[in-house]
Amino acid sequence: MTGNLTLETLETHDGLRARGDPALPAVRLVLPLLVATLTLALLAPAADGRLREAVDAESRTLTLVLEQDPPQLDSTRSTDTVSIRVLGHVKEGLTRYDERNQLIGGVAERWEVREDGATFWLRRDARWSDGAPVTAHDFVYAWRRVQDPATTSEYAFIMYGIENAEAVNTGALPPSELGVRAAGDHILEVGFERPIPFFARLAAFAVFLPVREDFAATRGDRYGSSAADMLYNGPFVISRWSRGARLTLDRNPHYWESDAIWLNRIDFGYITADTRAELNLFRDGKVAMANLDSETMHNALQQRWRIHRFDDGVLFYVGFNHRPDRLTRNRNLRRAFDLTFDPHEFVNRIIATPGNRPGISLFPAWMQGAEGRLREEVPPRPSEVDLERARHYLELAREELGLERFPPIVLLTGDSPTANKQAEYLQSMWGQTLGLEIRVDVQIFRQRLAKMTAGDYDLVLAGWGPDYNDPLTFGDLFASWNLNNRGRYANDELDHWVRRAQNELDPHLRAQAFGEIQRIVAEDVVVIPTYERARLYVMHPRLKGVVRRQISPDPDFNRAWIE
Amino acid sequence: MWRYTVRRLIQGVITVWFIATATFAAMHMVPGDPLGSERATTESIRQNLEARYGLDKPVFPDQYLIFLGNMARGDFGISFTQQNRSVNDIIREAFPVSAQLGVLAVIFAALGGVLLGALTALNRNRLPDVIIMFLVILGISIPSFVFAALGQLAVVRLNDWTGQSLLPVAGWGTFQHMLLPALVLGLGTMAFLTRLMRSSMLEVVNTDYVRTARAKGVPPLRVFWRHQLRNAVLPVITVLGPAIAAITTGGFVVELVFAIPGLGRTFVEAVQQLDYTLIMGTTVFYGAFLVLMVILVDIIYGWVDPRVRLG
Repeated sequence: MTGNLTLETLETHDGLRARGDPALPAVRLVLPLLVATLTLALLAPAADGRLREAVDAESRTLTLVLEQDPPQLDSTRSTDTVSIRVLGHVKEGLTRYDERNQLIGGVAERWEVREDGATFWLRRDARWSDGAPVTAHDFVYAWRRVQDPATTSEYAFIMYGIENAEAVNTGALPPSELGVRAAGDHILEVGFERPIPFFARLAAFAVFLPVREDFAATRGDRYGSSAADMLYNGPFVISRWSRGARLTLDRNPHYWESDAIWLNRIDFGYITADTRAELNLFRDGKVAMANLDSETMHNALQQRWRIHRFDDGVLFYVGFNHRPDRLTRNRNLRRAFDLTFDPHEFVNRIIATPGNRPGISLFPAWMQGAEGRLREEVPPRPSEVDLERARHYLELAREELGLERFPPIVLLTGDSPTANKQAEYLQSMWGQTLGLEIRVDVQIFRQRLAKMTAGDYDLVLAGWGPDYNDPLTFGDLFASWNLNNRGRYANDELDHWVRRAQNELDPHLRAQAFGEIQRIVAEDVVVIPTYERARLYVMHPRLKGVVRRQISPDPDFNRAWIE
Repeated sequence: MWRYTVRRLIQGVITVWFIATATFAAMHMVPGDPLGSERATTESIRQNLEARYGLDKPVFPDQYLIFLGNMARGDFGISFTQQNRSVNDIIREAFPVSAQLGVLAVIFAALGGVLLGALTALNRNRLPDVIIMFLVILGISIPSFVFAALGQLAVVRLNDWTGQSLLPVAGWGTFQHMLLPALVLGLGTMAFLTRLMRSSMLEVVNTDYVRTARAKGVPPLRVFWRHQLRNAVLPVITVLGPAIAAITTGGFVVELVFAIPGLGRTFVEAVQQLDYTLIMGTTVFYGAFLVLMVILVDIIYGWVDPRVRLG
C-alpha cells in the first residue's frame, strides 16, 4: 500500500539532524518561526479541544458528518435534502412519518381531508422554542409566505391545488387571498381548488412547516441564516451553527413530546462531501455513520463491517426529447432504443454497486398503492430485449423520418463518474445493436439543466426523487403542463389519467389510474427507466432507532438511541 | 521608496480591475443557468429571482456597471446559493480560516524548502541529495488530494495503533486540526522551494566571495549563514509572495478532505454552482490579495538586497 509514502516524506525532516554543521545556524531561522507557530497554536480557539467520539451514551451525544452546509434554513424556501434533513429535526409540521414510515400527527392532533378542503385540529401543548404556543396562524403565515412571489420559493408549486395558490404565486392575487385560514388558534381550515386526496401526507413536506410571523418579521432577510435567526418547534434546536464547519442540535425542552426523545445532542461535527474522509472519520471512531460509494464500499468490505442498504427513492431513466423538430419524437425510434436496453445487465454489470434495482416502471418498487405496494396492485409490464424487433422498428423509424441514414444522436449527461460510465455503456451498446452513432455530451449540473430546459439534446440521463409519499409525485411528471417535463412530452390520454389520479378520492380507482399512467409511459416509451437507486452505509453498532426513508427527512435521528 | 510604493499600488488597482472585468466576461460566457434548479420554477418566480439579482437587465453595460459600482464600494451582493447571506460575510468568515491554514502551510513550506534545499546543495550528488531530490520529484508530481487522503489514512492507522486520538482525522477548531492539512497543503510548495533553493545555493556555493571568506578564515557556519544562505535565499523570497497566495487560495481539495470551512472550498463550490456574486467576490478578493502579495514581496526584496534599487 502506498500509505507509507507520506510517512517517508515526513521523515525527511529527520535528515536534518543527520548533518550537524550547516543545520546549526539555521536554528536562528527556525527559532523565530517556531515561536510564531507556537503563538499561533495558543491563539487558535481551544473550545473544541476535546476530541469528539462517535457515540457517547453517557452524555447521549451522537456525532455525524453533514455532506454540505445548508444553504439556508428558511423552510419556506428550502429545496435541498440536507436542509430538509436538518429542518426535519428542529421543526415539526402538521403531520409527520413515524419509525415505521406511517403517517401520524405532528402539530396536528387529528385531521379531515374532504373533496373541497381539509381541517386540522392542532394540539394545545405544541410550543415554540421560546415557550409560546404553536398556533394555526403560524401555518397561515408560512403558507402565504411560500406563495408570496417576493419569497421566490421554488417549491411553491407543490401547494397549487390549495384555493388561489397559483393566482397568489403568479402575483394575480395578494397573499391574504390564499385559501387557508385560522379558525381560532387551534383549528386550521384549508380550501381546495381541486381535490388533493393525499393532502395530509403532502403536509409533512418542508415548505408546509410553520413560521411565526412576529419572529420572522424581526429577522427580515436574515431569517434562517444562523442559529439565532431561527425559531424551533421540533424535537431539537440548533444550538450552534458555524457556517461550513459544524452544526449542533440540542434537545428542545419545549417540544411537546420531549419525553420521547432520548438523545441530548446531535452534533454534525464535520461538514464535507468527501466520502473517503467520511469513512476515515468513521474508522477513527469519530462519526457514527458513513455513506458509501463504489470506492469506499470496498474499504468497508475489507474491514468486514456490516453494510446497510436502503432504497433512497430516486428513479433514474433515459429521457427523450419529444419536441417536434427532434428525431426522438418518433415512437418507433424510441421503441428500438427500449427493446435493446436490458435494465438487469445495466444494474449488475455497469453500475455494479450492490443493492440497486433494475428500472422497470415509472413507479419505484417502494411506492404505496391503495393498500399495499402499488407494484403489486398494478404490476408493470416486464422489460424485454428483442434485437430483431428493435431493428425492425429502427427501419420503420428511418422510413417514417425519410432519412437515408441516421445522423448522430446526442446523449446529454452529468459529469459524475457514474454518469460517465453509464453514458459510455449506452453509447457502445446502441452503436453495436442499432448501428447508431451516439454523441455523449457531458455537462456540469446547471448546464445540463439549462440544456434540458432549452431542449438542446436527443437523449438525457436524468433522475427523479419523490417530494411526497404518493405515486402522483412520479405520476404527473409527464403531464403536458408539468414544467419538470423537460422533454415536452404531450399526450391527451396520459393527461386524462393524471387528472383522474389527481381528482379521484377512491384509493383503488386512483391505483388504477396510476396503472394506466405506468402502461402509457412504457408503451409509448416516454422514458426508459434504468434503475432505482440504493444507498449503502455503515453505522455504529450501538446506534439504534435511526430511520431511513425515501421522503425527507432522511436519515431521521429524532427517535434514535445508543445502546 | 514612497513614490515607488504608490505607483505599484495604482498599478495593482488597475490589475484588479482587469481581473474583475475578465472574470465578469468569462463568467457570463460560460454556458449554464445560475438560477436553474432541479425542480422547474414558474415564469413569475423566475422573473422575481432575476430581478432580485439584477439579471433582468442587459449584461453590458447595465449589469457590468452596477457590479463595478458595488465593487468600488466593497459590496459584492448576496450569494445565489446561500440566499440570505452576503458575499462579504461569507468571505469574512471563510478567509481567516484559509489564512490560518495558509500561514502554517507557508511556514512549513519555507522552512522545509530552504533547509532541505541548502542541505542538498551542500551534499551535492551524495546520498542525502539523491534521497531528498527523489522525494522532491514526488512532492511536485503527486497532487495534493493524494497526499491528503494518504495523510488522513496515516493518522487513522496511527490512532488505531496507539489506541489514542493523537491527531484529528478531519475537522476544524484547534491547532491540532491544522497540523496535517497545513503540512499536506505546504508539501508541493516545499518541494518546489527545495529545488529552487538547491539550484540557487549551488550558484553561490563556490562564488569568489565565498572562497574569499573561507580564505580569510571565517568559520564555516558563518560562511553558510552570512555569505551563502543570505544570497541564495533571494529567489525563494521572490516566489514566496505568489506562493502564499497560491497556498491560501489553492486549498480546495485539502479543505474538502479535512472538512475545513475555508475560502478555497467556497470558491470552487461557487464555480460549480455558477454562483455569480460569490464567484466575482472571491475572484476579486483573491486577485487583490495576490497583487498585494507581489507588491509586498517587491518591497521586501529591496530591503533584503540593497543592490535592488527601487524607483
